[in-house]
Parts: sequence; structure tokens; C-alpha cells
Amino acid sequence: MVAQNIAFGIISGIVVFSALRMVTTRNIVHSALFLVAVLAGLSGQYVLLAAEFVATTQVLVYIGAVMVLFLFGIMLTKAPIGKSMEMTGTQWPIAAGVALMLGAVILYSLIDQFGSDRLTEGGKIYRTADVGDEVFSTYIIPFEAISVLLLAALIGAIVLARKD
Amino acid sequence: MAGGMLTIARILRPQRPTRQKLIAYESGVDPVGGEWAQSQIRYYVFAVLFVLFDVEAVFIFPWATRLEVYGLFGLVEMAIFIFILVLGLFYAWRKGVLRWV
Repeated sequence: MVAQNIAFGIISGIVVFSALRMVTTRNIVHSALFLVAVLAGLSGQYVLLAAEFVATTQVLVYIGAVMVLFLFGIMLTKAPIGKSMEMTGTQWPIAAGVALMLGAVILYSLIDQFGSDRLTEGGKIYRTADVGDEVFSTYIIPFEAISVLLLAALIGAIVLARKD
Repeated sequence: MAGGMLTIARILRPQRPTRQKLIAYESGVDPVGGEWAQSQIRYYVFAVLFVLFDVEAVFIFPWATRLEVYGLFGLVEMAIFIFILVLGLFYAWRKGVLRWV
């Protein structure tokens, strides 16, 4: 348990540092790369919580897919990306205040709801195989529907991207 | 250890930067235009294709851990799932957006 706490502390430090650098850096691509560090750190925290499937999904979907879309969005829309760009708007104190309030609300609700809960040794750990069992029994129809949804998204993107 | 090596190398090595040394390396020819060029919308399709099959991989993982248990049922289900997604790849190929121009 001690090793887990130390790992939790180290990863939390990296995540908080990267999150702060993400909003303060001048280069928008550096900002995206700091976001990758934040998401990777969160994935490490999921592994520490024995949530392997969530950690895998975090790496595949967030670091893989969402970041690719972010970077492509930057490359497609902002032609001159550089250090000179003024990234911090004039309303940043208001945004920081809103972020602090949102964090306080989330923290309060989490402590209020789960503050007294204790993790038990040898409790039920939800593994990838259990997720598979759920997907291939209860949620089999939504699972097949997802493929149609993804197909629609791809065809929509192709139609939008084509010149004719 | 890697950090220590890099620090020692930084202390020991001579540093004489010139304009010629600092220009970006572009396969030996002089670079043309700025470092940050706007990419074409055509490449967006490759990103979307990657995202599509990335999400597919997320669903293949739980299926692969219970492959023996599901047997033929799981095989057929996953075949339908992948077939519908490959239809998207086929559509992209037929529309000619897969060509790298």
C-alpha cells in the first residue's frame, strides 16, 4: 500500500505540473503535448486503482484518438502557429475563478458521497473480462449499434472533407 | 542516468551556434517556407480513419480476453462489428480519399 501511495503522489505531481503548464505555455502545440502528459498520468492512476480496462481505454481513446483530432484541428485551422501567438485571453481571471468553483463543487460532492468509504483488501476487482461479459450479454445490441454510429461518423467526415 | 549523461555532455561539449547550424534539417535541402505550415483538409480523413479503428480496438480487447468462452457466437458478433466498420474503409477507398497525393 505504501508503494502505491508514493506512486500516486509522484504521478499526481506530474499531472498537476503538466496541467498548469498546459494553460500557461505560449505554444499551442506544447499545450497539446502537456495535455498528453496529463492524460497519461491519469491513465497511471487508473492502473494504481486496478482499473485496467479504463486505463487502456484512456490511452487508446484519449491519448490516441482525441489527441490526433486535437492536433489535426490545430494544423488545419491555425496556419502560423508559433511562440508569438498570444494564447492567454484578457478574461483569464474569470476563467480561473470558474475553474476553481467547479473544482470545489466536484471535490465537495466526491467527499460528501464517498468520503467515508474504505477500499477492502481482496474486494471485487472489475477486470477487462468482466467488461467483455457485460458487452457480449446485456449490451450486445448497443455494441453492434456503435459500429453503425462509427460508420456514419466516418462517412460524414469524408463527405465534409471532399472538395466536390 | 540518462539525464546525468546528457548533463555531463552539455557541460563538456563546445557550443558555437551559427545561422547555418540552426536552420531546420529537411533531408539536406534548404527549407522552404515557415516551420508551421497549414496542412490540407485531405489528410483529415486519415485521422478520422485512425480514430474509427482505434475505438474498434477498445472493443476488441474485452472480447479477446474471453475468446474461448464466447466461441462461435462471439466470433460472429465481432465479424459483424468489424464488417460494418470495414464498409467505412471500403467507402473511403471507393471515393478515392485514400490516395496519398
